[in-house]
Amino acid sequence: MKAFLMFRDRDFDPERALPPNAEDLVQDLELQTLIDAMARGDEFLASIAKTGLLCSLTAPADIRYRQDAVRDSQANEQVVREMYDLAVEAITRERKVFGWMSDRYPAAILSHAIEVLELFAHMLRTLRQIAEEHAGDFRSEAFERFFRMLLTELDDDYFHEIDVHLRRLRLRDGVLISARLDAGGKGVGLVMRRPRTQKQTFGEKLTSLTHPAPYFRIADRDEAGANALSELRGRGINLVADALARSTDHILSFFRMLRSELAFYVGCLNVADTLASRGLPITLPTAHQTDDLTFACDGLYDASLALITEEPIVGNDIDADGIPLVMITGANRGGKSTFLRSVGLAQLMLQCGMFAPATRFEASTRTCIFTHFKREEDATMSSGKLDEELARMSSIVDQIRPGGLILFNESFASTNEREGSEIGREVVHAMLNAHVTVFFVTHQYDLAHGFQRERAAGTLFLRADRERTFKLVVGEPLPTSFGDDLYRRIFDEDAATVAAP
Amino acid sequence: MNENHVPDGNDATTPNTAHVAPGVFRSLLFRGSNAAEPELGQTEPECFHDLNLDQVVAAITHDLGEYDLTPFFRTPLTDLETIHYRHRIFRDLEDETVHGHLTAFAAALTQMRAQWKQATEMRDAWQRRFWMLRAHHTYQDAIVAFADHLTHDDLASDGLRDFREHLTGYAGSDAFGELVRRRTAVERALDAVRYCVQINGNKVTVTPFDDQPDYGAEVEETFAKFRQGDVRSHLVKYNEYLEMNHVEASVLALVAQSNPDAFGALQSYTDEHSAFIDRGVARFDREAHFYLGYRAYVRRLQEHDLPVCYPTVSDTKQVHATESFDIALAHKLIDDGKRIVTNDFALSGDERIIVVTGANQGGKTTFSRAFGQLHYLAALGCPVPGRDAELFLADHIFTHFEKEEDIHSLSGKLEDELVRIHDILGRATGASIVIMNEIFTSTSLDDAILLGTAVLRQLIERDTICVCVTFVDELSTLSDTTVSMVATVEEADAASRTYRVVPRPADGLAHAVAIAEKYGLTFERLTERIGS
Repeated sequence: MKAFLMFRDRDFDPERALPPNAEDLVQDLELQTLIDAMARGDEFLASIAKTGLLCSLTAPADIRYRQDAVRDSQANEQVVREMYDLAVEAITRERKVFGWMSDRYPAAILSHAIEVLELFAHMLRTLRQIAEEHAGDFRSEAFERFFRMLLTELDDDYFHEIDVHLRRLRLRDGVLISARLDAGGKGVGLVMRRPRTQKQTFGEKLTSLTHPAPYFRIADRDEAGANALSELRGRGINLVADALARSTDHILSFFRMLRSELAFYVGCLNVADTLASRGLPITLPTAHQTDDLTFACDGLYDASLALITEEPIVGNDIDADGIPLVMITGANRGGKSTFLRSVGLAQLMLQCGMFAPATRFEASTRTCIFTHFKREEDATMSSGKLDEELARMSSIVDQIRPGGLILFNESFASTNEREGSEIGREVVHAMLNAHVTVFFVTHQYDLAHGFQRERAAGTLFLRADRERTFKLVVGEPLPTSFGDDLYRRIFDEDAATVAAP
Repeated sequence: MNENHVPDGNDATTPNTAHVAPGVFRSLLFRGSNAAEPELGQTEPECFHDLNLDQVVAAITHDLGEYDLTPFFRTPLTDLETIHYRHRIFRDLEDETVHGHLTAFAAALTQMRAQWKQATEMRDAWQRRFWMLRAHHTYQDAIVAFADHLTHDDLASDGLRDFREHLTGYAGSDAFGELVRRRTAVERALDAVRYCVQINGNKVTVTPFDDQPDYGAEVEETFAKFRQGDVRSHLVKYNEYLEMNHVEASVLALVAQSNPDAFGALQSYTDEHSAFIDRGVARFDREAHFYLGYRAYVRRLQEHDLPVCYPTVSDTKQVHATESFDIALAHKLIDDGKRIVTNDFALSGDERIIVVTGANQGGKTTFSRAFGQLHYLAALGCPVPGRDAELFLADHIFTHFEKEEDIHSLSGKLEDELVRIHDILGRATGASIVIMNEIFTSTSLDDAILLGTAVLRQLIERDTICVCVTFVDELSTLSDTTVSMVATVEEADAASRTYRVVPRPADGLAHAVAIAEKYGLTFERLTERIGS
C-alpha cells in the first residue's frame, strides 16, 4: 500500500541527500523563514519542507503532478490536515503502548502486538471513513489514486478479517501446535495451527466419543511442569507472535510513510494561509522545459521577506524569456537584493511543485541553482575577502552544470571596480558559454556597461528606481548609484558642494 | 545390561551380530597364534622410569584414554616378523589419504560411543531408544564409508589389507545389510510422524496432524499489504537442551501411543540389537590408535626437522645409529623453543660395551637413555629417532641409574647398588641390554675401579651389549670389547657443553680443571684470592 502523493511512481524519501550547496542556498535566500512558515513548529514538517524545497524536480510533468495535489489540498484543507494528524497520532500512540518484558516471552510479544493492532485498526477505520466521505472532492491524479487504493484495500471484508484475527489471537480456545520428531525424540518444527472450523461429520463425532484423544494434565502443585508447559506454549506461539509483531511494525511504517507524503502538502497549506492572511497573492506557476529559457513573472515578491515583515511588499513584473543574462544595477537599498532573492525562492518553489509568490509566474526548470552572495569578512582572518569570494566561486564552478541558474549579489566587489569588473566579466562569459542563466546584481558600472556594449540584445538590464519604490524598471546602468542622494539626506547638504575644492 | 558399558561385542554376556570371517583379520598389532589373545604386559617394565619411557607413553596416550593403549606399550615384541608387520602398517599410514580415512572412521566411532553414552543417561525410556538409534546410524554410516574408502586406498601392509577384506565382507554381508535396512525403515517411519499438541490451561491433548493451516503464515498474509520495507525479527531464542523435561516426555509417550507401528518398530529394533558392534571393528579401532598416537608423537619431531626412521632390527649385535636422540627430551626442548643435539653410536666387530665419560651435565645420561629408548621402541615395531639405525632385538633391557639415598634402608648407598647390580647380573643374558648410569659414585676411586671392572668383566663374559656412564676413565680401556665415548665441551670455552658424545679416548680431568679455572677455583687462584 503506497501513497505516491509526491511522485507518481515512487516513495518520497525524507532522508534523501541534499545538494552540496544546500546550506548556501538556505543562508542566501533566507530559506529558513519559508521552512519555518511551512512547519509552524513541527520539527518533522520542517525537515520534510527543507528536503522538498532543495531536492528540485526538473520534469514539468512531475511538477504538474504535485501542483495538482497542492490545488486539491487547498480545496480540501481540513481533510488533508486531518489525515496528517491521524498519521502522527498513530505513530505517537504506538510508542506509548506499554509492553512489559515484551522482548523475552512470545506471550508478552503477542499481547503487546494485539494491543497495537487494536489501536491501528481503529486508526485505519478512521482513515477509511475519511476516504469514503471525501474521495469525490479530490481531482488530482495523486489523491484520486490514493483514495482509490484506500477504499480497495481497506474494505469491509478486510476489517472483518482483522477483527477475526484479534479475536482468535487472544487464544481463548487454547493453542494448537503441530510438530515432528527430531533425532533425539524431541518435538521440533513447532508451528501454531488454526483449528479447522468445519462441522464434524457424524462419524467423526462418534469417533471422538469412542476414541477420545489421549491427554494428560499438569498437577496444580507441579511448578516445574507448569514452567515446562508455559515454555512449550511459548515455543508454539513464537512464530505467530513474531508474525503479528512484524505486521504491526509494517502498519507503523505505513503510517510513517503516509506522514512523510502528506507533510509537504500540509506545509504548503500553512504557508498559503499565512500569505493569504497578509493579503499576498500566490499562483500555481507554469513549468517549462529547461531548454526553453522561459522566465516571466507578474508581481513576483520575496516570500521570506513577506513572511517576516509587516511592511507592504513590492512585486516585480519581468519578462526575460529567452534571455540568459539579467543585470541589475541601481540605487542602494533599491530592492535589488530583494528581487534576486525573490527569483531564487520562486525558482525553488516552482521546482518543488509548490505555488509561487506572484500573480503570474512562468519559468523553465533549472538543472541546478546556485547563489554567490557577499559574505561577512572571514572572522578567522585566514583569507582576505576576495580570496574567500573566489574560493567560493571556484567550488560552485566544480558543481554547476549546463541548464543551471546562478544568482550573483555584489560579487567581486571586495576589490576595486576595475579589477572586480574584469573578474566578473570573465566569470559571466564562462557561465553563458556553459548555458547557465545568470542574474547579476552589481554596482560596478564598468561590468554592467561592458555587457551593454557587447551584447545588449541578449541581456536584460534592470535598474532599481531612484525613487526608492523598490520596484525595478527596465533601464541601462547609470554611472552613479545615487550615493549623493543618500549623502544629502543624512548630512543635510550636497556632497558635490562639499567635495568641490 | 550394564548401563555404562559400551557394547563392543567383547563382553561375553552380550550376544553380538558380528560377521566373523574365518582366518582373515585377527589383529592389527599381533600375528600368528598370538594374534587372537595376546598376553599383554600389565605392569610397567622396570626400565621405563630410568629411560623416561613412562613420560613418552604418557604423552602418546594423553588424549587416548578411551582406547587403553598402555598395555600395548608395555609389551615389547620378541619376533622379527611382527616387527615388520607393524612397520608396514606405519608405512601405509604415511599416506595422508589413508591416514585421513582412518581418523575419520575413528572420529565417527567416538561419536557413536558418545551418543550411546548419552542414550544411557536419558531418563525417559523412549528418548533413550531414539539415542540408541542415532548411535546405530552413526555406526552404520561409519562402516559403509570406511569400507568404501579402503576399497579405493593403496595399501601395502598385510594388516590393513586383511582388515579391508574383513570390513568389506562385513559391510557387504546380508546380516549387516538387513540391519541397515531395518534401521533406515525405523527412521523413515519416525521421520514421517506428525502430531499436534493442544494446550488448554493445564490440559495437554495429543492429536494427529490434520493439515490444519499455519496460523502465523495467515497472520502475515493479512498484513503484508502494509509492508514498506524490512522490519526486525521478534522471534525469541530458546536454549536447547538434549534431555526432555517431563512434559515433553509425557507428550512423547502419547505420541508413541498414537503411532504404535513406528514406535513399536523402534522398540523392537533397539531391544534386539543392543550389542551391535563387530568384534573385529572394535579391536581394529583400539589397536589402530596405537599407530595413530605414536605417529602423531613423532610427527611433531619431524615438523621440527628431527629425523625419524624405520630401524633394521635383527639378532646381530653390531648395532649403530646416526643422528639419534632422546625422544622425551627432544619434545621438551621443542616446547622451550630449542632443538636437541643428535648423536651417533656404533658397535662393530666384537665391540659390546660403550663406556661414556666426560663433562658433567654434558649429555652422557641422555645418551645412555637414547640408546635404551631406541632399542625398546624398536622392539615395539615403531619407527625410532635417527637418520638410520641397525638395532638388536633384546630379550630384556636392564637399567641401573643413580638413585636417591633411601633413608629408610638400613644399608648404605653402595650396598643398595651392589644388591641391585647383583640382581641384574643374575638375570641378564647375552641377549639382554644393560644400561648403567653413574655407578659406584658413593665410594672411593679405587673401589669404583675395582667394582666397575668386576661388573664389566661379567658382562663381557656373557657377550652382553652394555652402555656404562662413569667417571672412571680406566673402564674405557678395559678390553677390546669396550668403546670409549666422551661428552665433549667447546674448544674455546671449556665450561660450555656441546652435548655431542663422540668416540674418543677418555681425557681425564682436563675439563674439570678448565671449569675450575673459569670460576677461579684452581689452587693457584684460590691461593691468590684467599687472604687478599
